[in-house]
Amino acid sequence: MPFTRYAEVGRIVLVNYGPESGKIATIVDIVDQNKCLIDGPESGVARQVIPFSRIALTDLTVKIQRNARAKTLKAAWAEAETTTKWEATSWAKKLSMKKKRATLTDFDRFKVMVAKKQKSAIIAKKMEELSA
Amino acid sequence: MVAASGTSGKSPRYYPAEDVKAPKPSYKVKQNAAKVRKSITPGTVLILLAGRFRGSRVVCLKPLESGLLLVSGPYKINGVPIRRVSQAYVIATSTKVDVKGVDVSKFNDDYFSRANDPVKAEGEDEFFTGDAPKAAIVSDERKADQKAVDASLLKAVAAVPMMEGYLAAKFSLSENDRPHKMLF
Repeated sequence: MPFTRYAEVGRIVLVNYGPESGKIATIVDIVDQNKCLIDGPESGVARQVIPFSRIALTDLTVKIQRNARAKTLKAAWAEAETTTKWEATSWAKKLSMKKKRATLTDFDRFKVMVAKKQKSAIIAKKMEELSA
Repeated sequence: MVAASGTSGKSPRYYPAEDVKAPKPSYKVKQNAAKVRKSITPGTVLILLAGRFRGSRVVCLKPLESGLLLVSGPYKINGVPIRRVSQAYVIATSTKVDVKGVDVSKFNDDYFSRANDPVKAEGEDEFFTGDAPKAAIVSDERKADQKAVDASLLKAVAAVPMMEGYLAAKFSLSENDRPHKMLF
């Protein structure tokens, strides 16, 4: 089982900590063993040096050269359709689900509870049919 | 001290023969209008946190002068009658019901005063033996008022989908709930 997610130029990363946490960016250059330079013109992440402990590598990459300008980076993102690809991953979907759940009001939580009950009632009925 | 008439600094030209006492400042406590939380308006759904109906979700009808809130279940939905409730023991949700059509002008703090309750004569025997809870005597006036208010309130509640079931359900916290992070 070799490594496949390398911290390389062009790797899409998710920022985990700091004011821009929750956004994705690209590794544009590696500074040293602990830090890299990231940039995310499409996602609103400023070009900055960030330690690896604050980011998480994803499976996605874009084809750029080391130290690419923001303009080139933006074009590369658009070509690779990075934003749509990212939002289609279950990782991104789970993050957005968590965000949505945090904004639910008491009434919304009641509606969710009723919907869950209805769903399990349908499933239970089907299971009974199948097991009969 | 007599207020100096004329230019200050010089002794006044005229002052009364006897000293006139200036009125002392009144230390009576001034009552301001009761402050109601911004999140509580007529029609807000409230969660009662204490008292007989704790856990019930209830519709706020109006704030009273004493600072308490006038509230109704509606009675048909969750058994909470027209009642006063303290703001401190209530969670105000962001859910609202349109109660513009409900007439609550006749309700104020005097309506709920104990002096109005029908007197229950308690004989000596009862004092020593009877401790079983007696059924509460609800006056006919209260029942009629409840019906009148709920008639229009139920219509407002029916206008919002799933609101009836929501008001009938009780609120409780389960293991993974973090109330300081929940939005109400």
